[in-house]
Amino acid sequence: MSISPAIQISGLSHHYGPRLALDGLDLVVEPAEIFGLLGPNGSGKTTLFRLLSTLIPIQQGSVSILGFDVSRQTAAVRKLLGVVFQAPSLDKKLTVDENLLHQGRLYGLRGAGLRRRRNEMLARLGLADRRGDLVETLSGGLRRRVELAKGLLHQPRLLLLDEPSTGLDPGARGDLWQYLRQVRDEDQVTVVLTTHLLEEADKADRLAIFNTGRLVALDTPDRLRAQVGGDSLSITTDGPAELAADIARQFDLPVAVVDGSVRLEQPDAHQLVPRLVQAFPDRIQSIVLGKPTLEDVFIARTGHRFHHDPAEVAVGN
Amino acid sequence: MATEPARRIATPAGSAPPASTGRSFLAGNQQPAASNYAWLAAGTLCSRELVRFVRQRNRVIGAIGQPVLFWVLFGAGLGPTFRLPGAGDAVSYREYFFPGTLALILLFTAIFTTISIIEDRREGFLQSVLVAPIPRWSLVLGKLLGGTLIALAQGLLFLLLGLTVGFSFTPLGLAAIVLFAFVLAFALTGLGFVIAWRLDSTQGFHAIMSVVLLPMWLLSGAFFPPDPSASLGTAWLAWIMRVNPLTYGVAGLRRLLYWGSDVALPLELPSLAACWAVTLLFAAVTFVLALQAAGKRTTGDLL
Repeated sequence: MSISPAIQISGLSHHYGPRLALDGLDLVVEPAEIFGLLGPNGSGKTTLFRLLSTLIPIQQGSVSILGFDVSRQTAAVRKLLGVVFQAPSLDKKLTVDENLLHQGRLYGLRGAGLRRRRNEMLARLGLADRRGDLVETLSGGLRRRVELAKGLLHQPRLLLLDEPSTGLDPGARGDLWQYLRQVRDEDQVTVVLTTHLLEEADKADRLAIFNTGRLVALDTPDRLRAQVGGDSLSITTDGPAELAADIARQFDLPVAVVDGSVRLEQPDAHQLVPRLVQAFPDRIQSIVLGKPTLEDVFIARTGHRFHHDPAEVAVGN
Repeated sequence: MATEPARRIATPAGSAPPASTGRSFLAGNQQPAASNYAWLAAGTLCSRELVRFVRQRNRVIGAIGQPVLFWVLFGAGLGPTFRLPGAGDAVSYREYFFPGTLALILLFTAIFTTISIIEDRREGFLQSVLVAPIPRWSLVLGKLLGGTLIALAQGLLFLLLGLTVGFSFTPLGLAAIVLFAFVLAFALTGLGFVIAWRLDSTQGFHAIMSVVLLPMWLLSGAFFPPDPSASLGTAWLAWIMRVNPLTYGVAGLRRLLYWGSDVALPLELPSLAACWAVTLLFAAVTFVLALQAAGKRTTGDLL
């Protein structure tokens, strides 16, 4: 039996009016992995989420989910999907139980089967004692857990989450990840989530990094970091361009200017620190040595910082 | 077992149309067939409307309170001077205004229940319905049935008040009124749905209510009868009333309220058959328009 990829995307592009939000994306997500879509606001990851969740129609290119074409077999795809939106989707005037009841019926569950699934989800997510409470009386963390219960109630094969950690405290975030790993391991559910948080993306099994509608990196977080080429040095100075040119000349190294600071990546970067400070004692205000992070990966691939353009953040979607 | 991952993954149906795919992978499971499924979804969305309405008591009061207040106050204020042409004192204003008030209750409730589409969208509930594996008609039907049943319940309460102004109902007459009110409420809820679906703010709905829906009601014979002499000055008014579908709704309610009684209404009302025909058509048209509206995706879906 051939196992289809969880998601297969080819040549996917999407416009909002004249603005190109996704530009010719090709991507494969394997079954039973936790796959992160990382990108700053406006990078196209939310558009991709909407396309995968069937909320907006595909304009160009194709997407298949577990072997079903999203455009032509939308109904089949929808049954396999569990979707947890960033904006809450709970009816606040209803109880936890009632929310799950309606959700179950929208997916064709009923009677004893629905009751059993509902009890199971409430127990697994530690919501059993709150089941009769109106959602509007619950805390943000509890609501997110109800969202998760709602998304998983019909036993989807693919769970899509849009910025799932938004508004959660660190404890609740930890619980969420523990639970995502549990559904991956025990139920073989593929989990795809968007995030703009670098530390969250680090927890994914594999990661796709987006920038301005394009895929700029795709691998496990560890391998992505390993590709950066060593530790990074970030130097603050009054004249970054001149300093970068001087360092490049004097030390014969690749040097870049990123958002107003001089930046270089070297396997033995720590040995460079005293030499640089000695060579340019008056021109270096500060110098920071860092192990490669996903931010470094992003910078290496795009030439700018992850959260760099306030205008784009304001436009964001 | 409700789901079997292996089977689901193993049935990618190359170019089969979506509907048959949906059925094929449900086959053998305990899940209901796709068509039942849509009715189940419509039913659950309808019951959600009812529960929400009961929990938000201020809405109950708003939708029935204002029309009843109008009825009492206009009845008291206009009563002394109101004379139905050709009827003398036989029909009080409170009695004349009664079917119009009933229609207003149905209209207000339809508005209040469909305005919740805008809230559902803003609060995010609608998103999860939009990505659920249900046809759009079951979303529309659930919403409209919910609104219709709420409107009907309020209308029935008001009918009880009718006993105080001398209306009396035979069981058959009451059944006919309820059935007619159901169709009319369905039509008005459908109209509300079509308007609400495209709007992203409740303020927008209130504006449309003021300039479209309330005038439609005012010019339906609910508030005043058409001028029978139709002198040049009011001929246009009579024409508007004639093409207003709600005119036939109000007239139908009025005729059914007097159904089987000896009281001859000194009014030029459309025949009962015309009232039924227009109101059924009104309901069918708004339902189709609501279906079309719901088939389109609006930017408001994207929160």
